Amino acid sequence: MSSTFNVVTSQEYKYGFVTDIEADSAAPGLSEDTIRFISAKKGEPDWLLEFRLKAYRHWLTMAEPDWAKVNYARPDFQAIVYYSAPKQKTPKYASMDEVDPELKRTFEKLGVPINEQAALAGVAVDVVFDSVSVTTTYKEKLATVGIIFCSFSEAVREHPELIKRYLGSVVPSSDNFYAALNSAVFTDGSFVFIPKGVTCPMDLSTYFRINNKDSGQFERTLIVAEEGASVSYLEGCTAPQFDTNQLHAAVVELVALDRASIKYSTVQNWYAGDKNGLGGIYNFVTKRGLCKGVASRISWTQVETGSAITWKYPSCILLGDESIGEFYSVALTNHKQQADTGTKMVHIGRNTKSTIISKGISAGDSSNSYRGLVKVQPKAEGARNFSQCDSMLIGQSCSASTFPYIEVQNRSARVEHEATTSKIGEEQLFYFQQRGIPAEEAISMIINGFCKDVFRELPMEFAVEATKLLSLKLEGSVG
Amino acid sequence: MLLIKNLTASINGTPVLKGIDLEIKAGEIHAIMGPNGSGKSTLGKVLAGHPAYEVTGGEVLFEGRDLFSMAADERARAGLFMGFQHPIEVPGVSNSSFLRLAYNKKAEAEGRDELDPLEFDDFIHEKIKLVAMREEFLDRSLNEGFSGGEKKRNEILQMAVLEPKLAILDELDSGLDIDALRVLGDAVNRLQRADRALLIITHFPRILETIQPHYVHVLSGGRILKSAGKELALELEERGYDWVLEASAAGGAR
Ligand SMILES: Nc1ncnc2c1ncn2[C@@H]1O[C@H](COP(=O)(O)OP(=O)(O)OP(=O)(O)O)[C@@H](O)[C@H]1O
Ligand SMILES: [Mg+2]
Repeated sequence: MSSTFNVVTSQEYKYGFVTDIEADSAAPGLSEDTIRFISAKKGEPDWLLEFRLKAYRHWLTMAEPDWAKVNYARPDFQAIVYYSAPKQKTPKYASMDEVDPELKRTFEKLGVPINEQAALAGVAVDVVFDSVSVTTTYKEKLATVGIIFCSFSEAVREHPELIKRYLGSVVPSSDNFYAALNSAVFTDGSFVFIPKGVTCPMDLSTYFRINNKDSGQFERTLIVAEEGASVSYLEGCTAPQFDTNQLHAAVVELVALDRASIKYSTVQNWYAGDKNGLGGIYNFVTKRGLCKGVASRISWTQVETGSAITWKYPSCILLGDESIGEFYSVALTNHKQQADTGTKMVHIGRNTKSTIISKGISAGDSSNSYRGLVKVQPKAEGARNFSQCDSMLIGQSCSASTFPYIEVQNRSARVEHEATTSKIGEEQLFYFQQRGIPAEEAISMIINGFCKDVFRELPMEFAVEATKLLSLKLEGSVG
Repeated sequence: MLLIKNLTASINGTPVLKGIDLEIKAGEIHAIMGPNGSGKSTLGKVLAGHPAYEVTGGEVLFEGRDLFSMAADERARAGLFMGFQHPIEVPGVSNSSFLRLAYNKKAEAEGRDELDPLEFDDFIHEKIKLVAMREEFLDRSLNEGFSGGEKKRNEILQMAVLEPKLAILDELDSGLDIDALRVLGDAVNRLQRADRALLIITHFPRILETIQPHYVHVLSGGRILKSAGKELALELEERGYDWVLEASAAGGAR
């Protein structure tokens, strides 16, 4: 019973502006013709068009999943624009100087380093605006050690054999409703290839921006690390503030060969809708990593703060013996946001190990669910999993749920699951205030403490960013 | 320093404080004793600004300012400190970072320099000596898993860090072993100055042998029934509270 403990409003979304830029868009709607249009626009080879059409035909037979603990009006797939690109003379900017100044300003405003001189030292960036990749920095420098880092479309043109070998090898086009949709209509994204024995000398990063009001974003990311290679990859995203919902249905595939290591970090800040739940991004994403080789390692770290609806389960298939899968997640929901997120760890090889650390924070009227599957297959001798799922509630009207599914088919496996739920209560806040600390700073300190184990896994700048982002998202009228 | 005039307050609609008058001047030490449930902790929390309590009447001036016009954190930065009877646990927040933030908030409000982690390290090492706390407690989560006595020690450490003008210490002595009682009593005495004041809430005269009060008040049923010098504490221990209540009833409602 307190009038003052009331975290209701959050600071306005500061990335909510729209860039006024002429776009080259497809008409809304989805059919085989739309797919042929996209494929033709991109000058794709026939096999890729076939891949798309096959996915589309399969998608037509599928139903939208309804098992997640989220409620929303189903998107009208015929109202979505499946291709939207900023108009440009050449198909790809040859250098930064050719990029539309309006676009450059947009990314400056977003704080995304697309200019190499002004860039954060040591981060190469691929920038995706609506349906296309705008620019990729540090490409030449990376090429000197054999690393390929480019937009997906460019990879299709320049490295078709790699794309053909790995596309859909981790997430088949028939995997699930949204993955099938993505496979049919994906427009761009990033491709990373780290050759044998190479440690990527800098963090690689993609920044996704949805600008067009009616467009969906369907990007595709593929990262391949060959034997003994390693890479750390960062993903960031924002969208303007509209009172309609935009659909984001991405597919991310990671492949790690023997002793390779891929670390994939996301700070997701798509527009979440307003306080009353109007507008915001539907974030339906399929992310999966295949630890194909012996002693390979894939680590997902995510900080999910945006989107009206989040439906996302970055997973690891632990095929190689002694491979390691990790999932570190912070998911924050406020107002009317709904998140159903978690992971799948599938142990196939011997002595495979997985770790799951999930921290859910719910405030306002939001709903936050963790859903995780740990599966140990019969041959996964000596498999081990440790899961820790903690929920934190702020205020009275939010909810948190945990759905752990455990399937063990090998008796030597050890699976441990721990879960806690806590509340930032009036008494805790009062204690901080009595020591002179304002309630908002108290909340941010408590939340940072709560998320420590996940933030530790993020690259430095991202950790700082994430800390700030959480505080911003929870900023409100306390006291 | 603190002037309380006819203060009434309730929780969940139930009146708990029913007209408190009390003046505490700089340099003074006051003790409040009284039966369980009489409203002692409530008085402290109302003064500190706990949101669950509703002030229904009266007035409180702290250093001449209307206390109730200030938010809880503002009161703290202005120099009002409450050592809690039951300090709360905060998992994940390290004791030292909590102490540093509290210190810096106050420093900022007073226009003094804030301390960076290294400077604070030096600073806090002097302070933990005062309360004889082991260093490892600085790295632990705030009060998490602390024993009752360790929590009380931590409260006094916070007091030593913040050096408040007025400290309300709610049952500092309950849960403390004999040595801890002496150490913390001495620490509180050392923190007391001519321009500071103390309000000690306790059930036992023992702590008042170390922290010697100028006045002892008996709080019962939400009212102060009797005020006298420190000898009252011993008399209460010998005779209990009934005679005070009876005398007060005989003397009519105040
Ligand atoms: N949240 C609450 N709801 C209802 N009544 C409450 C609440 N909190 C306190 N009270 C009541 O207020 C009265 C005063 O409580 P308070 O904690 O101030 O007593 P106290 O004098 O400090 O007692 P003790 O010596 O046991 O610490 C008690 O009767 C108590 O039950
Ligand atoms: Mg009490």
